[in-house]
Order: sequence, then structure tokens, then C-alpha cells
Amino acid sequence: MDSPESSKPESGHGWTGVQVDRIIGNLLRLGLVLSAAVVVIGAAIYLARHGGQTAMYHVFHRNAPDFRLVENIFGSGARFRGRGFIMAGLVLLIATPVARVAFSVLAFIRQRDYLFTAVTIFVLTVLLFSIFWLGLR
Amino acid sequence: MNILGYDTKNGGRGMTILTLTAIVLGVSLGAGFLGALTGLGGGVVIVPFLTLALGVDIRYAIGASLVSVIATSSGAASAYVKEGFSNIRVGMFLEVGTTLGAIAGAFLAAVVSPPVIAVIFGFVLIVNVFFSLAKHPGPASDIPAPSDRLAARLRLDGEYPSLRGIVAYRVQRVLSGLGLMSVAGVLSGLLGIGSGALKVIAMDRVMRIPFKVSTATSNFMIGVTAASSAGIYLHRGYIDPGLTMPVMLGVLAGSILGTRVLVRTPTRRLRLLFDIVIFALGVEMILNGLTGKL
Repeated sequence: MDSPESSKPESGHGWTGVQVDRIIGNLLRLGLVLSAAVVVIGAAIYLARHGGQTAMYHVFHRNAPDFRLVENIFGSGARFRGRGFIMAGLVLLIATPVARVAFSVLAFIRQRDYLFTAVTIFVLTVLLFSIFWLGLR
Repeated sequence: MNILGYDTKNGGRGMTILTLTAIVLGVSLGAGFLGALTGLGGGVVIVPFLTLALGVDIRYAIGASLVSVIATSSGAASAYVKEGFSNIRVGMFLEVGTTLGAIAGAFLAAVVSPPVIAVIFGFVLIVNVFFSLAKHPGPASDIPAPSDRLAARLRLDGEYPSLRGIVAYRVQRVLSGLGLMSVAGVLSGLLGIGSGALKVIAMDRVMRIPFKVSTATSNFMIGVTAASSAGIYLHRGYIDPGLTMPVMLGVLAGSILGTRVLVRTPTRRLRLLFDIVIFALGVEMILNGLTGKL
């Protein structure tokens, strides 16, 4: 009743609303559990290594090390390994709603709802543009 | 305001990372819990707490808060979607406004100076309280007005399960709703909050969507809105992993606990208490912003 399908009386083809809802619910939960797990691993490493140091969040560091870089997670930059893991988990978390929108595009296509396919593709484009073009450069 | 006995001007000078993590985790847990119970989300308390009590730079605070907002939204939405309250068509259409607004807001966050952000944050908190205290005009679904032309064209009308069976509703003033959603997006990107209250107002009071559907759909939208400014926050270095970690984990755990007990708790008193706290935080944010302490 809440899904793209429901307000469409001729729901003979594609996924049913309940199916779409279930998949979206599971997708969100999976993304959340995965990212939380990675963040917890990173937290353990970070706190074990740096827990005793003094916290310095009152000053904003414009040129802080880029924790998104893979070499900070797995490479020689062991000083940043914990925070690299945490960052990987956070990026996973940010990716979860994006995956949800991408899935909705598929769902609308399968329901032959082309107007909403276009709307959803627009939202997805805005998201990807923002994250990859404006963000992760 | 120096509740922890640390020098607030210096970000809790002398505190070790372990101590800070433990304190932030505990407070975030409480904020997530109360946020879920009252429906206001945890983000509105996190930023004032981090900045006012711990002296954290407001840019780190809104970065951490924004990430926690995505976590809560995903958690809540996965539960709501199953119950069949959220209207995915309405949510997806309005996300056109919120995502574009959020990008604009994230850009504004870089241009506007931190004290001004603090003042705007304070005003948003106070406005939130007024809307929360104002009398609700009553269930929208009882007014059988025809849906507007755009709503019909987009087939936004829907129905939801209730104790009286399936209730159908019609959607109105889609363009006004979209406009208000863009504002919600700007505030989300600028302040690192979910703007859940404003989203609910746009759907419930402007578009006349039933309250339950509005809150569920709002939860569903918040994650997407926040994700569209998160990339820019990452790029600017607002999201510090060490600080964001306890905020995200705490708010998430708290909100999961909150939704579990939601059914059994008398929320009116709690909500009033929360409103008073938020009002006080709003005043404090404005004062600190005006005196340049933040």
C-alpha cells in the first residue's frame, strides 16, 4: 500500500509492493549492520592505539589526513589504520540510502512506471554527482 | 555551561580520547533514545552538546551529527517500511527538493561563519519547540478534499493500515510541499540535522498527508537528504572518524532501544521535557553564537 506498486491497479507485472518493501527494508538493515561492524572494528584499533592521547576537537584541521584513502587502512600508514576503518564504515553507511534509491529505480522500471523511473533517476544522479563529483575528489 | 569541568574554550582540554569517546557515546545513546521516543531525532541535541559542553568545533559537530542522522534514518525506515505506513512515491518525489536543497546547504556551511551557523541552529531549535507545542489541527484524513492536479498526475494518493482498517488519503498542495522540502534540505545540509520536524510539517500540515504516514515517510527521506550533503562534508573534512564513531554508534543504539520501548511509554510528558531542554539549548546556541564563543 505504500510502495510504488500499490497505487497502480494493474499490478500484474513486476514486483509486488510487499516484495519491494521487504527488499528495501532488508537492504537498509544490511547496510546498517555492515557499516556498524566495520566502525566497531576501527574503533577498537583506534582506541587501543590512541585512547590515551589528548582529544583535540576544538580546532578545525583543514588539512587533516584523508582517512578515506585505502593506503591509510591497509598500507604502511598504520598510524591511521583505526580511523581508516572507521571511515570505511561511515562511507558504507552513506552509501546505504544511495543503494536504496538505485534499487527504487529498478523497482519503478519493472513496474513500467516511467514517470517515476525518471524522478528516481534524477534523485540518484543528484546523489551520485554530489558524492563523487563534489565530495570524493 | 561548563558542565564537565573542562575548559570549554579548548575542547575539553586534558581529556583523553578514551574519556571523550566514552562521554560522547553515553550522551549520544541518551540523545538517540529520546530522539526516537519523541520523534525529533537525536541530531538536534548532539550538535549543541558537542559544541556547548565539550567545546568541539561546530564543523566537526555537524559532520558527526549528519552521519548519525543517516544511521537513525536507515534503522527507523527499515522498520517503518515493513509496517506499510511510508509512501515511497511521495518520498521519492519530494527528495528532488531535499537533495538539491541539501547540496546548497552543504555549500552554505562552508561560506557561512561558525558563529552564524550557531545562531541559525539556535533559531531552528526554538522554532522546532514552538511547532512541537502548537496544537495539532486534527487528522487530515477526515477532510475529504480532492487531491490537487499534480498529485493526481503523479499518483501520490495512498492508503495505510489502521485499527479501523485501511484508510485512504489524498495529497494536496504538492508544489508548496516541495518548496518547504527544499528548505528542509538546505537546513539539513547547513546544520547537519535530519530536519525531520520540518519534513513532517510539510507533509502533514501542508500536503494534508496523515501524521503517521508523514512521520514514516520523513524517516525514509532523511537518510537520502543527509547522504547528498555527506559527500561534501567528507570532502571538506567535517567528518572526523574519531569523533563521529561514538556519535554514530551511540545514536544508533539509542534509537533502536527507543523504538523498542516506544509502545509502552507515556510520551507527552517526556516530549515536554525534551522541548524544554531543546529550547534552552537553542537560546544557549544563539547567545554563544552572538558572543562569538562558538
